[in-house]
Amino acid sequence: MTQPTARPSPAKPPIAEAEKDASMLKQKAMMAAHYDRLADAPETGAKVCSTFVPGNLNELVMCFDLINNLPEVNAIQSGLRRKSGAYVLEAEKQGHSDDVCTYVKSDIGMMAKGNIGPNGRKMPDPDVLLLSYTGCFTFLKWFELLREQYKCPTIMLHTPYQGDGKITPNMVQYMVRQLKESVIPKLEEVSGVKFDIDRLREYLKKSAEAEDDLVAVLKSARHKPSPIDAFFGGIYYIGPIFGAFRGTDDAIQYYQFLRSEVEERIAKGEGPVTPEGPMQDQRYRLVVEGPPNYTSFRQFWKMFYDEGAVVVASSYSKVGGTYDFGFRHDPDRPLETLAEYCLGVYTNRSLPMRVDMLCDYIEEYEADGLLINSIKSCNSFSAGQLLIMREVERRTGKPAAFIETDLVDPRYFSPANVKNRLESYFQMVEQKRSGTRRKEVAA
Amino acid sequence: MTTPARKPAPNGDPAAYRDALVARAQAIFDDLNFGEARRWKEAEPGRKVVGYLPIYVPRELIHAANALPLGIVGGGDAIEVIHGDAYYQSYICRIPRSTIELGVSGRLDFVDGMLFPSICDVIRNLSGMWKIMFPHVYSRYFDVPQNYEDAVGGNYYIAELAELREDLERVTGTKITDEALNNSIAVYNENRRLVRDLYALRAKVPWKAPAPEIFLILRAGLVLPVEEHSEMLRGYIAAAEAAEDRSLRDNSRVVLSGMFCEQPPLNLIKSLELAGCYVVDDDLLLVTRWLIDDVPTDGDPLANLAAAFLHHSESTSSKYEPDQAEKGKYLIAAVKRSGADGVIFAAPSFCDPALLERPMLQNVLRDADIPFIAFKYAENSGQMQPIREQAGTFSDAIKLWSGA
Repeated sequence: MTQPTARPSPAKPPIAEAEKDASMLKQKAMMAAHYDRLADAPETGAKVCSTFVPGNLNELVMCFDLINNLPEVNAIQSGLRRKSGAYVLEAEKQGHSDDVCTYVKSDIGMMAKGNIGPNGRKMPDPDVLLLSYTGCFTFLKWFELLREQYKCPTIMLHTPYQGDGKITPNMVQYMVRQLKESVIPKLEEVSGVKFDIDRLREYLKKSAEAEDDLVAVLKSARHKPSPIDAFFGGIYYIGPIFGAFRGTDDAIQYYQFLRSEVEERIAKGEGPVTPEGPMQDQRYRLVVEGPPNYTSFRQFWKMFYDEGAVVVASSYSKVGGTYDFGFRHDPDRPLETLAEYCLGVYTNRSLPMRVDMLCDYIEEYEADGLLINSIKSCNSFSAGQLLIMREVERRTGKPAAFIETDLVDPRYFSPANVKNRLESYFQMVEQKRSGTRRKEVAA
Repeated sequence: MTTPARKPAPNGDPAAYRDALVARAQAIFDDLNFGEARRWKEAEPGRKVVGYLPIYVPRELIHAANALPLGIVGGGDAIEVIHGDAYYQSYICRIPRSTIELGVSGRLDFVDGMLFPSICDVIRNLSGMWKIMFPHVYSRYFDVPQNYEDAVGGNYYIAELAELREDLERVTGTKITDEALNNSIAVYNENRRLVRDLYALRAKVPWKAPAPEIFLILRAGLVLPVEEHSEMLRGYIAAAEAAEDRSLRDNSRVVLSGMFCEQPPLNLIKSLELAGCYVVDDDLLLVTRWLIDDVPTDGDPLANLAAAFLHHSESTSSKYEPDQAEKGKYLIAAVKRSGADGVIFAAPSFCDPALLERPMLQNVLRDADIPFIAFKYAENSGQMQPIREQAGTFSDAIKLWSGA
């Protein structure tokens, strides 16, 4: 009997290395250095403060010589590295519900599996959890869960929600009182460092400088072609300022560098750099509401740039601050400005405010329509998005579409479904355009 | 202050009187058009109704404005959700979609205001949806402090209450004086005392006050004027205690945890008892007993309500627990207080507060060697057999193995 001949399997084409802007490479180096600082903490004796991106008080954290660790960013890193799926399963094995936020479960699963960070080194245990409770109920439970594990001091800073679409003096006073009477004394106690308000002012001044450049970058999408992608690229642009670099010289330099890179592209009439090189053809200009999917980030982005779709504004790039509406950290009002920053982040804004914002973006950036990426994990974003879609369509007359994925749980990313919906959406935009043209000709 | 003498059961037949009260509560429960509240409003010109969602709002403020607080806890399993589903993805819980159904279908067309308390992001966002969908109805997101220091969270909360007071004055056209508010606090103190008496009665003789009846009697309190509800409570407590038509069964005693927002179908509660579990405590309809002690009825009423919220209110998962050593102790206390054998975690699907809290509570129970089981439900769950089997097995296991 002869052995069947093994059929040669077709060789898989190697995955091309993603192309990156010089600014992306710079940021990658910054992030690597930061994760090394965290991993080195047990040896250097540096103390670590875990906190959240919305309501991130990096300037204050730095006043106490604490290193800022952001579990959401760690979950994103796990998602991008395709490790989050196993972490989520691990957390569910421990008894966490399949219904709840996958950032939380990725974080808890990562802890259970040795807490290895994106640099391949063990993450340090936090010395303090700064529960900056801004715009997301899950934060509150997340840090109660971590406190149970780490048994370290936990400091609550409660940010009231802008339910009526405004920041009231009572809200600011409440937050300033919390900072003065609870947050700052406890951070002093944990760190052993006396609070120096002038040091805070210096950091805030630096924050404002970087924020100016970030806003210039975000606003550059008004150009045609847009030199940036404000969603997929935007995630890189917001990285340093939403993370552990706001208030530092590194951030100032990064945003100067990024701005000059973008201005150069404007001068040359170039589009953003995608993982497959510069985007030449921009057929659709979109506003995107909601977070991205991270487990198939590159595949997700490709579905857009392959169709010539560029995102000119996104709400996700405002979760760590709505600087494009004029907010800047103000060194002359150091504690009030921290309060107003937390109060103003996107997910702390009422639904009508979010609708206004998205409608304004469509007009300001001359977008073809709205795309909502609804995330299973995140009720803060997702609950009400179908009404947002209707309202934005009604008010702008521009088409809107809805896709569903998840942040870091690969089980909820269905490429074929997402692609189908996107293709249908782009056809809808085309139909809307041709309808408009017909009306113009008829007139 | 002590609870006044209980009203004796009329006509000398406590079982019949109890059943009549339960039948009335059942009718109120079944009426998705809120007929009782509508009739109350129509009885006098100018009357106003202010709706509120779980978990807690200070109903005293609404009452002091001569308005009717109307508790809205979704549409249950009897409503056909046609419009509401179009507003939510499949992974959002049921209560907001059936609440929208109530609104869109006109069942809340007599409601003059809506309060959406701070409980989770879904109810929070529903407050904004209401503003968009029903722009002519006053609606407010009612935020509460997560800082429990008087000078910090307390002052913030007093100012929030003052804002709410002004809003309600505008909506109702009635000035809310301190005197009126203190009177309303006294009325609600009485109602809460009676609810606590009701829970104590059930813990003592659960066969006389079964959980489905307790649930219906409490639900009636979301719709009826508080004075009338207090009468109902008095009557039920007296009649249920006096009635001799029910006998003790060989059931286990359980505490239910996780039902503080979206309500389970009535059949689910019935199924648990049929499966051999006496429910001796729960977190259903917490608004009826959120403040655990009497609120002072003199002095500054807003300051008194704030102090009660900060220092004398129920613990639940939508509140931050500042002290890790105290985390989950409220559930242990409920087990001890009610003499329960175990805990049933029953949470609505996709309920962030209940489901994120659950692992921490389960750890606390493990440390205390208290048995538990867990499942999920939706307000329109129809199939009770799996739940009955799970609860029955749990009850049997307790009977067979507890103390072994």
